[in-house]
Amino acid sequence: MKILLATEQREGKFNKVSFETLAAAQQIVQHTKGSLTGLVIGKGVAPLADELAGSQLDEVLLVEHDLVEKYTPDGFSLALRQVIETTKPDLVLLPHTYQVRDFAPKLAASMGKGMIGDCIGYRYENGKLIFVRQMFQGRTAADVVFAGDPPWIASFQASAFRADLVTKHAGGKAPVKPVSVDLKPEQIRTKPLELFREAKQAVDLTQAPILVSIGRGIKAPENIPMAEKLAKLLGGEICASRPICDEGWLPMERQIGSSGQTVAPKLYFALGISGAIQHVVGMKGSRTIAAINKDQNAPIFEVADYGIVGDLFEIVPAIIEELEKAK
Amino acid sequence: MKIGVCVKQVPAKDAPLAIVEGGAWIRESDIGFETNEPDSYALEEALRLKEKHGGEVVAISMGPERAKQTIKEALAKGADRGIHVSDDQFYKLDPLGSARSMAAALKSENFDLILTGLQSDDQGFGQTGVLLAELLGRPHATIIMAIEVTDSRMKLKRELEAGWFQWVELPLPAVLSIQSGINKPRYATLKGIMAAKKKEITTVQRASLGVPDAPTQHVERIYVPHKAKQTEFITGQPKEIAAKLIEKLKHEARVL
Repeated sequence: MKILLATEQREGKFNKVSFETLAAAQQIVQHTKGSLTGLVIGKGVAPLADELAGSQLDEVLLVEHDLVEKYTPDGFSLALRQVIETTKPDLVLLPHTYQVRDFAPKLAASMGKGMIGDCIGYRYENGKLIFVRQMFQGRTAADVVFAGDPPWIASFQASAFRADLVTKHAGGKAPVKPVSVDLKPEQIRTKPLELFREAKQAVDLTQAPILVSIGRGIKAPENIPMAEKLAKLLGGEICASRPICDEGWLPMERQIGSSGQTVAPKLYFALGISGAIQHVVGMKGSRTIAAINKDQNAPIFEVADYGIVGDLFEIVPAIIEELEKAK
Repeated sequence: MKIGVCVKQVPAKDAPLAIVEGGAWIRESDIGFETNEPDSYALEEALRLKEKHGGEVVAISMGPERAKQTIKEALAKGADRGIHVSDDQFYKLDPLGSARSMAAALKSENFDLILTGLQSDDQGFGQTGVLLAELLGRPHATIIMAIEVTDSRMKLKRELEAGWFQWVELPLPAVLSIQSGINKPRYATLKGIMAAKKKEITTVQRASLGVPDAPTQHVERIYVPHKAKQTEFITGQPKEIAAKLIEKLKHEARVL
């Protein structure tokens, strides 16, 4: 299988998911005995192409153009489409980032093709490549296969593969080949303006050794002090899954998950969190995970070391009492 | 401003999910359905834009007969009319197939703006908005946290990862996927619920739209995921559970 891996960079730096997806691409190429081409897109990104070429790939394509210096969905899908039409890969792999989900479906549709997005793994069985993704917020998995002729487009979720498993190039470096694309300013309908961060964050959750995290199961803001008390007794910080911050019950800076912080404390204590993938990617690296949830099938138990199926409003007060007794 | 908002009906959050034999889909009998939560933020944003700039909000839902309930709820919150794209086998469509159907059903409406939620809580493809834009020849932006409309343009705040944001500008007409948390969705009032009864819902049979049946991908089966980790479940009365858990965290995991 001929694979094209489209990497993602911002301000001259690759993101980690690009290398995780490279690891996936290398594994798929091994299974399917194919070839692997890397792609770097931007302006002034030749050093990145050189960096990528140090990994086991057959070649690296470098696409540089004024109109892809800043990301726009029009610029990126037009440029990628031209690369795909000239190089004719069977499979285009991308990291599943906010940027990719913004343009990859459009790119696929512009060629009348489909995209399998947000995959967490793959299997290669009897000559067939099966992509695994989640449905129902992680409560079920799904095996998805492409129908129709290539090119096929798929993206892998963050942390689905390990970047440290990327194989270095056997012969030193893969050749880097500049590829020109034809883009005109009038084709770009989006005008990208400044990138910025919101006010400096007051709390750095990545440094907290223990985190007590709340989800929908906390039910009402009046119940949050109970979780805060538990966090305090454990010597940790409080944080939450996205819906809690969307409700405004805790500030956005305390949100864990793909749109918030990624943490790896020594103890992550999840209270009433179902464990949707968007949350789990932000905490699954924690050393120990304990979870309380009323639903024994909640996906949080996929990653938990200790699980308690029950009513958190009965169990958390009992834990608080026990901790206070020990003081 | 004429705004279309796509609202999907999905299994209720607390619905027990049972997978049908063979894994084609979940068993839909015996479970409740509700409006996909991410779509409720898109609906709220549409209603606020109408309140500010005038115009019309049309709620669109594709699905079996029961999906009309989701349209009715949108009408009760303030949408002006509804379009139901009817298909009993909706769950079988791939992302491009659904978007092609939606595009075919909406083309003649010539919306200034189409809004969708970020993704659905059932299949979670997260592609509908982007695909609709491509199929209708409109520009788009996704993961939107603020919308400012000036004449025929919009200034939009996009959320990126890890606390980063970006402002972008787009011309109208366009398609936007709204990030959850952009606003606080309103509840329907009793007056709104009464008023909704008089509002029109047009039903279009998906089969009549002439969209070719050419899936680009196929869900072979869905299943309960294999466990990545062996979870030790702690059972008993709350007091016992608390004591056992603390003991394990202290002496087994050694994190306390």
